[in-house]
Amino acid sequence: MRFFAARISACLIVCLVALPLRAAEVTSYKLENGMDIVVIEDHRAPVVVHMVWYRAGAADEPPGKSGIAHFLEHLLFKGTDDMEPGEFSSVVASNGGSDNAFTSWDYTAYHQRIAADRLELMMRMEADRMRDLRLSVDDIGTERDVIIEERNTRVENDPGALFGEQRRATMFMNHPYGIPVIGWRHEAEALGLEDALAFYRKYYAPNNAILIVAGDVEPEAVLELARAHYGPLQPTPGLGPRQRPTEPPHLAERRLLYEDPRVGEPYVVRSYLAPERDPGAQREGAALTLLAEVLGGNGATSVLGRKLQFETQKAIYTSAFYQGLALDDGAFGLFIVPVPGVALQEAEDALDAAVAEFMAEGIDPDQFARIKMQLRASQIYAQDSVQSLARRYGSALTSGLTLEDVEAWPDILQSVTQAEVMAAAERAFDRRRAVTGWISKPPSPEVTQ
Amino acid sequence: MSRLFLALLAALSLAAPVRAGVDIQDVTSPGGIRAWLVEEHQIPFVALELRFKGGASVDAPGKRGAINLMTGLIEEGAGDLDARGFAAAQQALAAKYEFDVYDDALNISARFLTENRDQAVALLRTALIEPRFDQDAVDRVRGQVLSIIRSDLKDPDEIARARFSEMVYGDHPYGSSLNGTIDSVMGLTRDDVVSAHRGVLTRENLFVGAVGDISAQELGVLLDTLLGDLPAAGAAAPQAAGLDFAGGNTVVDYETPQSVALFGHAGIARDDPDFFAAFVLNTVLGAGSFDSRLMQEVREERGLTYGVYTYLADKDHAKLMIGRVASANDRIAEAIEVIRGEWARIAAEGVSQEELELAKTYLTGAYPLRFDGNARIAGILANMQMSDMPIDYIASRNDKVRAVTLQDVARVAARLLDPEHLTFVVVGQPEGLEGTN
Repeated sequence: MRFFAARISACLIVCLVALPLRAAEVTSYKLENGMDIVVIEDHRAPVVVHMVWYRAGAADEPPGKSGIAHFLEHLLFKGTDDMEPGEFSSVVASNGGSDNAFTSWDYTAYHQRIAADRLELMMRMEADRMRDLRLSVDDIGTERDVIIEERNTRVENDPGALFGEQRRATMFMNHPYGIPVIGWRHEAEALGLEDALAFYRKYYAPNNAILIVAGDVEPEAVLELARAHYGPLQPTPGLGPRQRPTEPPHLAERRLLYEDPRVGEPYVVRSYLAPERDPGAQREGAALTLLAEVLGGNGATSVLGRKLQFETQKAIYTSAFYQGLALDDGAFGLFIVPVPGVALQEAEDALDAAVAEFMAEGIDPDQFARIKMQLRASQIYAQDSVQSLARRYGSALTSGLTLEDVEAWPDILQSVTQAEVMAAAERAFDRRRAVTGWISKPPSPEVTQ
Repeated sequence: MSRLFLALLAALSLAAPVRAGVDIQDVTSPGGIRAWLVEEHQIPFVALELRFKGGASVDAPGKRGAINLMTGLIEEGAGDLDARGFAAAQQALAAKYEFDVYDDALNISARFLTENRDQAVALLRTALIEPRFDQDAVDRVRGQVLSIIRSDLKDPDEIARARFSEMVYGDHPYGSSLNGTIDSVMGLTRDDVVSAHRGVLTRENLFVGAVGDISAQELGVLLDTLLGDLPAAGAAAPQAAGLDFAGGNTVVDYETPQSVALFGHAGIARDDPDFFAAFVLNTVLGAGSFDSRLMQEVREERGLTYGVYTYLADKDHAKLMIGRVASANDRIAEAIEVIRGEWARIAAEGVSQEELELAKTYLTGAYPLRFDGNARIAGILANMQMSDMPIDYIASRNDKVRAVTLQDVARVAARLLDPEHLTFVVVGQPEGLEGTN
């Protein structure tokens, strides 16, 4: 993310709760140059969200250039043949809007939120910087310092984030999901102008982009504007399917111990390599989504919360997570923060025991019904934020899913059975495909002597 | 496309600014509870925002953290239901209740579906009126609070916040974390939690905003059901805080690669005639957009940080102007020097006409964009009442921004910005930092 968020989340895991989407009031088009368009209507307020998503992220970077997708995201604000450095954001601000951008492993996205009658201006500027970026060596140097400071803020100053990088690099033995989006420090420090431009020329093109416009707009009018501004842009020829290096069979369980004096609370986290949601085949992903809710969705009623926070009282906090919105294989994870006095080994054993009991006992049908009810209601609540809706469409479409997949997802979630969830759990919980990490303070000298 | 064209288009389109189409009804229930309501029937749910003024600052002496602990316990069992029973009932209704406490208010955010609204309100009522505060729940949530306190002791931002607050506010409740300390939280009893509940959740302290699929009449009935049995009045508010800004740089040694700095001095009250001038001034100086002076000088020109910002803190018992920056240990001294330089420059020279116009067009254009979701609008309505704003404030607010002149900003810059008392707290291992206390 280019812009600084006032308070950096200390969230340990990416909280990708796969909420359903509403099917209505969504229109899609495709321009002749290959650019996809999605329009989501919400006429409650005269506001529009304009986003362009590129199907290019950290997992598409050339070897040795980790961080270039994110660095380029910053550089997109540095000017074009028609605009001065910084002018993009100034024009947005002077029209009362806000703008930002973000990068992940599978995508880079740029967005503005502004009065609906300024949509054309946003399109004009966003189309301009898709193909006509102009960068100088000076821009590069200063902005590289900024991303190093961003890395300091997000990662180097946070032992939990450093631990997360190490776990991820261990989980993915060959796939580039193992590199950090912000880049390894030594590689990010060496990124240069040509690295950025090479990535830009290849991936920033209409045939690799998705336009999402959400808010107080009419689909036909959006299409007309898009034709005028994005239509003339030249596609990148020969841009084939996105093929990344794939994982070999995982045969050996991996374990990490990270010690850092800055750790406040020790914890254990285990991630299993897990299938992502695949186009036309989302049932396994839906079952894992429900499994994460059953195991760790709510501290008071989930399996882990009930067993570990209420019954054995070994945990302060537990959760389960599923990272299934990805182009390639994702992860399913379990997480426990023990109460003081419970060692990490004891915590891990308690976690394993709770999961083993669950596998024997199965799912409480009442809990399963409540989760289905909440998923259904979340379709209603989700309509309250058109910006979140736009983001969900963008992240799904850049993760290889289609609009049909997105629209089918709520019904698939409702139709998944308890037996399917248990079968997915059986497949997921294979320790040979797992990374188990412990994080704690180093033992104090008095104890070790 | 040329720069000129863009500028022209921007100017033209500004001729017709967006109006915030927010039609607020002032509702009073049969039982005398007031709320502001915006009806919005497109989506079948209601967002309800409750504010209890006072918040964590009315903690009883020696009981720091009691109100925070109580806030964490509101949904941990009520009426006939224990913690797990309450959570299960809430999930079965797919209702969302959130409880958060801040220095000046305890906030309750509720969302519930039209299809089971009465049940969702009845369940929330038990949490507000008949919380159980079972001893096992008190001990469990106490464990969670202690975990947060231990984590904060290792977090550079939290360390900075703690030292800054202690230095500035001294013995006032603002001077310590609302979480309490390990010792104070260990010492809290169930009786303390019950007293905290009795002291904060009162009708006298209550402000309500509602947006969604509900009529004024239905809301009136709802308010009496949900809140009618709250006690009338509770704990007394604290005195105004005495503020102590010594100036200079205070370093808290902490081994981490990037130093985190908080800085500030006295601010300005919202009802001050110069508040809007100060608001515009802060936008130019450091309110966080890329066009602010501090972002330009510290980040864009020198690459010294990922982010720097300032804001006007309009707390009930203290007015401050505060900022934050973070830079590597070997660069933070330069970042602080640049910030101090801009502070002095803008205090002496004010802002340019161009900066003033850009800030005003940004602020007036951005304001209507806030009102874009039921939950967001409900929160704004509750906060407006708590800040004693008139119900027609939204329509007139942009005029107040537009009325700010260059002279106003220069006057308030000279009055408000005080380089001598600008006080930095730096957590990390900063190199070459001068003026250290």
